[in-house]
Amino acid sequence: MDFTFDEDALLFQETVRDFLGNECTPEHVRARWDVGAAHDPALWNRLAELGIPGLLVPEAHGGLGLDERTSVLLFEEFGRAALPEPVIATVAAGAPALREIGGALADEWLPKLAAGEAIVAVGHEASPFVSDADVADLLLLPVDDAIHAVRPADCELVFEPSNDPSRRLFSVGFDPGATPRAAVAEGARAVAGDLLVRGSLAAAAELLGATDRMIELSAEYTGQRHQFGKPIGSFQAVKHQLADCKVKLEYARPVVHRAAHSVATAHPDRALHVSMAKVAAGDAATFTARRALQVHGAIGYTWEQDLHLWMRRAWSLEQAYGKSARHRQNVESWILAEDARLGPGATFRAA
Amino acid sequence: MDLRYTAEQDAFRAEARAWLEANVPKEPLPSFDTKEGFEAHRAFEKELHAGGWAMVPWPVAYGGRGANLLEWLIFEEEYYRAGAPGRVNQNGIFLLGPTIMEFGTDEQKARFLPKMAASEEVWAQGWSEPNAGSDMANIQATAVRVRDGDGDHYVINGQKTWASRGAYAHWLFGMFRTDPESERHRGLSFILVPLDAPGITVRPIEKLNGKAAFAEVFFDDARVPAEHLLGCEGKGWNVAMATAGFERGLMLRSPARFQRTAARLVELYRRNEAECAPGLRERVADCWMRAEAYTLETYRTVSRLLAGGKIGAEASLNKIFWSELDMEMHELALEILGVRGELLPRAPSATGVEDWLDGYIFALSGPIYAGTNEIQRNVIAERLLGMPR
Repeated sequence: MDFTFDEDALLFQETVRDFLGNECTPEHVRARWDVGAAHDPALWNRLAELGIPGLLVPEAHGGLGLDERTSVLLFEEFGRAALPEPVIATVAAGAPALREIGGALADEWLPKLAAGEAIVAVGHEASPFVSDADVADLLLLPVDDAIHAVRPADCELVFEPSNDPSRRLFSVGFDPGATPRAAVAEGARAVAGDLLVRGSLAAAAELLGATDRMIELSAEYTGQRHQFGKPIGSFQAVKHQLADCKVKLEYARPVVHRAAHSVATAHPDRALHVSMAKVAAGDAATFTARRALQVHGAIGYTWEQDLHLWMRRAWSLEQAYGKSARHRQNVESWILAEDARLGPGATFRAA
Repeated sequence: MDLRYTAEQDAFRAEARAWLEANVPKEPLPSFDTKEGFEAHRAFEKELHAGGWAMVPWPVAYGGRGANLLEWLIFEEEYYRAGAPGRVNQNGIFLLGPTIMEFGTDEQKARFLPKMAASEEVWAQGWSEPNAGSDMANIQATAVRVRDGDGDHYVINGQKTWASRGAYAHWLFGMFRTDPESERHRGLSFILVPLDAPGITVRPIEKLNGKAAFAEVFFDDARVPAEHLLGCEGKGWNVAMATAGFERGLMLRSPARFQRTAARLVELYRRNEAECAPGLRERVADCWMRAEAYTLETYRTVSRLLAGGKIGAEASLNKIFWSELDMEMHELALEILGVRGELLPRAPSATGVEDWLDGYIFALSGPIYAGTNEIQRNVIAERLLGMPR
């Protein structure tokens, strides 16, 4: 039993944090928004130099062959930087789905994905929309009992503008009868289920990073802004709001980290653990977005102030890969089942 | 990161479970805030001690088992799973004990720890005074060092209040002003006081449930041997901060307690689901998730400590989280019980109310003691977030 991360994972996290601190600044995010895009091929290439797209791709297919016990830390950094790239779909969900589907499809696409030459977008049952479908080279779309691997050119994509310009949603029309099925029946259900679980986990990790950044921005701002002759951050009414955010963040973090361990080790209860993580991180982030805005006052309510880059991430990631309400229902059904194992000593037991 | 127990840890759990199954009283003991219950709990503590389970993470020399903190967590899980009695000497074993290990002399360790581990001596806390609550640096009780024919002593005058377990405890630890010229947190000393010393009057205070859980303690020229000073004279604040960290942090509030309450809450909901308003289901799940989050965070902290880390101001996060969770779980249980929620267990119609009402009354004290949650929020803002004082 050891809840600490490997040195290598922590070092990788630090590297990515420094990299994104320089490359994915608020100016960068705004510049993407200004041209009506999120994904930036130049930045994606730089991320590929760090091995990011192929984090979870086996080494045999040109990836780093790591697991979620490393990627969870990096996704936190993506959230901290409000990185507007299709990392959840391609890196966290798409690559492992291709790996599980295997065969010719994996042989063809995983090396390209790991090299940063292909972007994969994914569909799942928690949403009718597919994010970043317009920049994808391959779409993995579950329909009924099959997963279809489709080229965007063979689909009709309808842009569905969202509240977060970094989240580019599309309705995807295609003819399942005319496209090849990458996986069917049991296999497809397993892949589709895991795809949603992995996407939720990555979204939860990004939510942690976004929350941390909003708290940091708010503590900084309230330390500078003076009213009544003092920094407003010296008033308890302001302090206590941010302290509450910090409590929520620090008690969401281990839940997300445990979920990462469960996914990495194929724990039988991983879907439950990820649902718990998504609820905890989603609640922490949306709660913090509200409080961060409140302590910023009117300046936080402007387009010009950067706070909303992360507020929008909080709102949209709470939606992504299943809203909190959906995940909370998973937890409710699990704990109320006749044979649920609850209580002291049950936390790390397999079902 | 590897979140699986080792074979040794599983064996440790099995051993603890077997002992507890054989030795935990089948019927709950009377409350330790009654004289009868206090002695019944001490008697159980003696058995626990004889079995080698009283102080799992303490060195064997002081009456402990010499196990590590992870094994302690496992033991706590089994302890709460078995529904074993509350720890009557918690002020001693969880708060003062670790403080003595950090600041005490070898003589003090040998004198106090073994008797504490066996609950031969039960401890009360002596922090608050009528004018020093959240503002603990305003302590006014004095301890004047006197060397005369009777030896080297502190002569103590003043009043302490809200001394937890004060009604029946044998000893009290607390802070006293040893430098009469000093102000605020300077000039305070941490002193261990036998409550049977001449000049000490203990007046029990009934708490919200009518039981004598704490006490006022009056000192009129009470003489305490100078060797009972813990740490350096005038540096009591540092010692007290360590004790407060233990109280807010890891030891006193092991996650198993809240997991047990959460599991009982789920069970209560399941039994009463048909009569419950729709929104309660979601809140039950939320409470259960928070109890799990608390557990996971504790395992994370223990892993960090075993790897050489330390606990600092994060203990304040902990204190807010468990105290508010505990309160919400009990509030929710009373809501699930509906009209029966206000009935005392002895009421003829109080079927299935268990001890939720009593637990609720107890949980209400959580956000107040060990430093109010408002004080904890200040600590978080200033020390963890770097906000201005």
